[in-house]
Amino acid sequence: MAAIAPTAGAARAARASSLKHERRRALYWSYFFLVLFAVFFLTPPIYMLITSLKSSAEVGAITNPWWVYNPTLENYKALLTSAEYLTFFRNSAIVSLVVVVVTMLISIPAAFALARMKFWGSATLATGVFLTYLIPETLLFIPLFKIFAWVNETFDVSLMNHWWLLIIVYPTLTVPFCTWIMIGYFASIPKELDEAALIDGAGYLQILTKIFIPVAIPGIIAAMIFAFTVSWADFLYPMAFTTSADQMVLPAGIVTTLIKGDVYAWGQIMGACLLGAMPPLLIYAFLMDYYIAGLTAGATKG
Amino acid sequence: MAQVNLRKVVKHYDETPAVRGIDLDIADKEFVVLVGPSGCGKTTTLRMIAGLEDITDGDILIGGDVVNDVPPKDRDIAMVFQNYALYPHMTVHENMSFGLRLKKVPKDEINRRVQAVAGILGIGELLDRKPKQLSGGQRQRVAMGRAIVRNPKVFLFDEPLSNLDAKLRVHMRTEIKKVHQKVRTTTVYVTHDQVEAMTLADRVVVMNAGLIEQIGTPHELYHSPATLFVAGFIGSPAMNILPCGLEETAGALNLRLHGGITLPVPAERVARYRSQAGKQELLLGLRPEHLTEMRTPSAPGQSPIEVNVEVTEPLGMETLVFFGLNGAEVCARTNPAANVQPGKRAQLLADLRHMHLIDRASGRVL
Repeated sequence: MAAIAPTAGAARAARASSLKHERRRALYWSYFFLVLFAVFFLTPPIYMLITSLKSSAEVGAITNPWWVYNPTLENYKALLTSAEYLTFFRNSAIVSLVVVVVTMLISIPAAFALARMKFWGSATLATGVFLTYLIPETLLFIPLFKIFAWVNETFDVSLMNHWWLLIIVYPTLTVPFCTWIMIGYFASIPKELDEAALIDGAGYLQILTKIFIPVAIPGIIAAMIFAFTVSWADFLYPMAFTTSADQMVLPAGIVTTLIKGDVYAWGQIMGACLLGAMPPLLIYAFLMDYYIAGLTAGATKG
Repeated sequence: MAQVNLRKVVKHYDETPAVRGIDLDIADKEFVVLVGPSGCGKTTTLRMIAGLEDITDGDILIGGDVVNDVPPKDRDIAMVFQNYALYPHMTVHENMSFGLRLKKVPKDEINRRVQAVAGILGIGELLDRKPKQLSGGQRQRVAMGRAIVRNPKVFLFDEPLSNLDAKLRVHMRTEIKKVHQKVRTTTVYVTHDQVEAMTLADRVVVMNAGLIEQIGTPHELYHSPATLFVAGFIGSPAMNILPCGLEETAGALNLRLHGGITLPVPAERVARYRSQAGKQELLLGLRPEHLTEMRTPSAPGQSPIEVNVEVTEPLGMETLVFFGLNGAEVCARTNPAANVQPGKRAQLLADLRHMHLIDRASGRVL
């Protein structure tokens, strides 16, 4: 025994040291890639911030582009006192918030039905919902033009060049994905919970409102963040469907009004983009935990 | 009156039969346990009574009314699930009162009933807690409370104790029995644990392969099993089953076990088994407690046998002795004082007054 013990101890120590060594090496690599990605993703916003603090003259001057010699808040002042920019902001806010509400009103009942009320074709329909999400918007905006034209001819209602048109259009992007992630979330709720509620006397609508929605709050918040981000940041549809400045939302408004011919108001463009990025940034910062919980639901048995 | 009646109830999942035509009458206030191995159709039967599964054929009656097409909420039943199925976002009070609130029962009445039931179950202190703050046993009580508070015609329990550890399970078993004695509501209880079935039930329904094997009191099932399946399923350690033949010599009947061992059939059983004389395809069923250490003087109907002991399991109050006989492993329950040793020969006493003779082909106890 006495002879064996030190050998075994040494082997154990060697193994522990090897594990420690491996772990340290893995950590080095993790940090290397984390720093690499952080630099890659943070460089543009930092450059935007630097540029937004420069006057037009300094932007045009041949100096170090990564340094501000005469910092100024003129760009921000100009933006925040510009009626146009505030209109874009307001339009974006209304469109995004209403799209979130509309998306939830459609996606939650749809996901509940597809996850729980087994009916003929429900599985195919669930896959179909996801497949529609895979169709890129660049393929959709021309058919959408045709639809708007048809609506105009048939009902004499002009949909083009209205900010509220986006409230109709964006759900085509948000509903399929939100429905899909909520199907996953609802499916992870034990079946016995709805059976208990059924026996307790609840109807399907009550099961949805009193059991599923409160239990699935993390999933619903994840879906809401997604819907908000998509409708806040979308560029193609507002560029294609709105033309007057008072009907535009932020992404389209910034490039349309701050680029005049071949004159780029770089400082203001950068400032406008940074200000525009604030609302999603704040939402992510406060609701990140919910977002991750929602997206990974069903991955493990809870 | 809240009797439950099943009339030729059949359930098929697509083409697979789960329940193959069962008849069952459960009296008002009776505690009936459905027991059987996995896949025997017991849970399906319970879920059909609850209305959570449609029935393929037959009728289910609750309180004398056919409820085949009545939705669960209108059947006036309450169910306790295996995984408790408590609403995770509600407090214990809200969980228990959910059904009453849906029925728009006045608030004062709800509070009164929740407090009364919480008192019965000893969960009065937990009413403001959420399910995740409760232990397994407490969750089980809340699930029972949610069922009791609605004062339904029938309680349905679906393996409610199988998620609890062994000690808590025994404790909760007693609790359930106490609650039933206080509340006296017709109860249908599903379990795969025969000890749970025996200890709780007024009557036990043993199911196998979608059919009812036997319905009876725990005493009847244990002492007078109707089939080979029931004989083997009820009792722990299980009944010893040995292939044998029955021979008649000079008016007396003898069991001939393969291997040359002959055991005389007790005089009081001779008339019952005489018609089987000469048959070779029989099985002898003998419970371990009827196979004991040698005692003298032995009573009529008790026969000594000598065996090679393979394994002993001392349990303190008794020692289980295992040996091979006729190619089957046989268990005997002996007094620890007899000091039966593994690897040695031992004289045991077979008490054939409690024997069961089973027809191997039909599986019926004769």
